[in-house]
Amino acid sequence: MTAVQYGRCLDGVIRREGLRWVHQRGRFVSALVRPLVWLVIFAAGFHFVLGVSIIPPYQTYVPYEVYIAPGLVAMIQLFQGMQSSLSMVYDREMGSMKTLLVSPFPRWFLLTAKLLAGVAVSVVQAYIFLAIAWFWEIAPPASGYLAVLPALVLSGLMLGALGLVLSSFIRQLENFAGVMNFVIFPMFFTSSALYPLWRVKQSSLPLYWVSEVNPFTHATELIRFALYDQFNAVSSLVLAGYLLVFMAVAVLGYDPGRGLMARRAGAE
Amino acid sequence: MLARVEERAVAAAQTEALAVERVSHAFGGRRVLDAVSLTVRPGEFSVLLGLNGAGKTTLFALITRLYHSGAGRIAVFGHDIRRHSSAALARIGVVFQQPTLDLDLTVEQNCFYHASLHGMARRVAAPCIAAELERVGLAARRRDRVRQLSGGQRRRVELARALLHRPSLLLMDEPTVGLDIESRQFLLDHVRLLCREQGLAVLWATHLIDEADADASVVILHRGRILATGPRERVVAQAGGEDLKAAFDRLVHAEAVT
Repeated sequence: MTAVQYGRCLDGVIRREGLRWVHQRGRFVSALVRPLVWLVIFAAGFHFVLGVSIIPPYQTYVPYEVYIAPGLVAMIQLFQGMQSSLSMVYDREMGSMKTLLVSPFPRWFLLTAKLLAGVAVSVVQAYIFLAIAWFWEIAPPASGYLAVLPALVLSGLMLGALGLVLSSFIRQLENFAGVMNFVIFPMFFTSSALYPLWRVKQSSLPLYWVSEVNPFTHATELIRFALYDQFNAVSSLVLAGYLLVFMAVAVLGYDPGRGLMARRAGAE
Repeated sequence: MLARVEERAVAAAQTEALAVERVSHAFGGRRVLDAVSLTVRPGEFSVLLGLNGAGKTTLFALITRLYHSGAGRIAVFGHDIRRHSSAALARIGVVFQQPTLDLDLTVEQNCFYHASLHGMARRVAAPCIAAELERVGLAARRRDRVRQLSGGQRRRVELARALLHRPSLLLMDEPTVGLDIESRQFLLDHVRLLCREQGLAVLWATHLIDEADADASVVILHRGRILATGPRERVVAQAGGEDLKAAFDRLVHAEAVT
């Protein structure tokens, strides 16, 4: 296989993901409605309950809506990351993971292509959300919209890789509700998406530490800082570290010799 | 010089499209395949007969490298599936038992996706897609969503898609399950034609005995073991039945007694 062929394969996988996203209108709409519900209803309700003091990267007091917007962007990517890989495995309707894996390209490349395709979709979704959020006065500086792009790519890769890991290892999460309960909600609620961590620290120290090591916290913070033209070095390093670990585990999980695929098949 | 070229040509002609040698596989403690050996030659239509749970799907998963076997060797045109998986997979076309088309995409989009997974350029793939869809009688439906097609039509699309990259070995895992008689016959006839015209090697798994016609080779797999293999007439003669159904029953029954 030549480099050109690798490129064609990547192009094909990304096109497919894009087409699926456009064609499945339900998925498209719910991916946008979900964070908007949080922004418009939840944040409005808590507007006067939760005050947010001046913490970096903000230079003034910010309304609660402004505080939770970056976390909602990360939530879009979390859902997308889980959906794009888990739907392949659990959709009995398609079994499309098989179609991908019998391609003559190396498996690590196929998984990476799949991952990049999911990231491409999640980045577009995130920008659509940010565009709508602008009308709710979530208005970071114009340059922030550009600076957030690499942050979205890194966090999207990390969350997508996590989805690949789950799809290769976990048999018990037979449907998406299981993933919601055991992955998405815990990650979202033990992060800095809804409340700053110094507040969490005041109420519970163990929970604070859980939040600190939660990769979703760092996805949120990287996006938050980037939107205001600042670079959060710690979060980007943590995300890169998680990405490497998750990707390595995913490649192992899909290795034909490791028996994980076989074990899954045997259990069916 | 000429002698060497000839030698190579002879060697190529003798190359087995698929060689499975003493392959065993177990899921945990449950043994699903036990020292399975079989070969398929170019142009051969080989019917893998077995009841549900015989191990057919596991064997297909091993041949397509979804996972590796515990023991034995699988080679596709001499390429070991473990060591030279890319070369081996490039020559395989496969239709899985479960449908694997994207229902929300059009017929053509599904085909383009498959072509890209084999590194084909879109402009190269386009005429191949048109030709293969024409052959299965679905050229007019190429811009329709797969969801709008009937079960038989979807299977035909899967077959057309599996042939896009010009494979030399076609694997079909119970392709006719759930199809009406007409669709079933169409698939069988089409694949038999490809065997004759293009020298395509086919391994066709089924539990429907009548899908093995007079010219077919037969491999009988039962509870993970090969009970008989060879041209249909020989298998029938050796088992001592009057037809393949009787031969199959006799072999499976003898196995149950021992």
